[in-house]
Amino acid sequence: MAVPRNCDKMGSQDQILKGLQAWAGQFYGADATVERLVRLSGGASQETWSLDVEQGGKVVDLILRRVPGGVSVARNSEAIGLGTEAKLLSCAEKEVPAPKVVQIFEPDSDIGEAFLMNRIPGQTIARKILRDDIYSAARGRLTEQCGQALAAIHQIPAEALPDLPRSGGLDQLAKYETIYRDFNLPRPVFELAIAWLKSNQPDEVPQVLVHGDYRLGNLIVDETGLAAVLDWELAHLGDPREDIAWLCVNSWRFGYSENRVGGFGNLDELLETYKTAGGRTFSTNEIDWWEILGSLKWGIMCMIMYEAFRSGADPSVERAAIGRRVSETEIDLINLLEKRA
Amino acid sequence: MHDAPSQKEMITAVKAFIDETAMPSLKGHAAFHARVASNVLATVLRELDIRPDAEAAERQRLAALLNADATATARDLNEQLCTLLQRGDMDLTTPGLLEHLKTTTIDQLSVDQPAYSGLQTD
Repeated sequence: MAVPRNCDKMGSQDQILKGLQAWAGQFYGADATVERLVRLSGGASQETWSLDVEQGGKVVDLILRRVPGGVSVARNSEAIGLGTEAKLLSCAEKEVPAPKVVQIFEPDSDIGEAFLMNRIPGQTIARKILRDDIYSAARGRLTEQCGQALAAIHQIPAEALPDLPRSGGLDQLAKYETIYRDFNLPRPVFELAIAWLKSNQPDEVPQVLVHGDYRLGNLIVDETGLAAVLDWELAHLGDPREDIAWLCVNSWRFGYSENRVGGFGNLDELLETYKTAGGRTFSTNEIDWWEILGSLKWGIMCMIMYEAFRSGADPSVERAAIGRRVSETEIDLINLLEKRA
Repeated sequence: MHDAPSQKEMITAVKAFIDETAMPSLKGHAAFHARVASNVLATVLRELDIRPDAEAAERQRLAALLNADATATARDLNEQLCTLLQRGDMDLTTPGLLEHLKTTTIDQLSVDQPAYSGLQTD
């Protein structure tokens, strides 16, 4: 009989609970107990768990980020490791709303490679943030807050940061072009976008810390606005315009296309607050190049997910279906390129 | 060959089974995948309606744009177009190119994601 999967590595909920309980006893006191340990969905390359520690009538809300199975394997060549992510968060939370790292667990710990951070209340589901009445005041402030937070992220001095990969716009264009060509699924709109991006390269600006996935879904929003910036695993040193434009990509406007910034805001206002908060001066025009790159990247990421189906690696209907979302990015690319014709 | 039931009738029957019988009795991840499965069948139904005419029109436009043989497949013509775009022999300034790509993409989206916001921006 086959051995249950979670026995061959440190994967079971019981083992995690036991390890966390032992830690809580040392960190908070012998009477501390770990309650309500639940695996959350989301987090493509790391596990995310929610838990509470109770001690002497007090409750501490925590989030556990953990390498799947507790053992690190190279899953996504772009993602920084969990240890680097924890160090980066410790730098970032001094400058922008972000979770505070409470404890780092080394790979040889009882629960494997992981870290604990405080759990920040609020909403991450984009459609609720963009639609629900309780976030209407938050939506009014979000553009300014997002501009300020991006300016702060981009001003964190490189010498304060852990070792991060470097990746500029042309590096990413080359990388995604190679992936696209390897699929041998010709798409004229992508060819046009790739050729246009190559022949309209933007002026270089000094590289800064780039979050790499700054958009609704990865931001916690409460009734007063931006409460935390999450999901730093794609952080790198690169062009600040990448983060600004990624927030503008139509896929991340969640149906509210009329608001270029994330479905809630206006790009002029975002760039103005970004500049006022110490960021560089950028024009809406030069964000276009990066938004075209962003839509192209997301389209090729959808092709990568479909490829998992085509190759047999993941035979789920969901992976098959995502191949029919690539055309969304094609119309977005056409709408952007049409302005440049 | 017979076509009773037709492709469309058979797919419609399976979609109705998923929507009305299977999905209400499923929970969590399985319910989510049932919804995706139902959406996939809706895509197939739209494709059966739209693709024949849309692809024939696409081939005609491609043949005109490329000055090529109209009997070639859409895949072959699109490969030729991709090569020209990659070499820079065609670009945004090529007359008719952007209009062709836009029409093709709108047809594709009316199969794939007819409610997508990008269709309404212009």
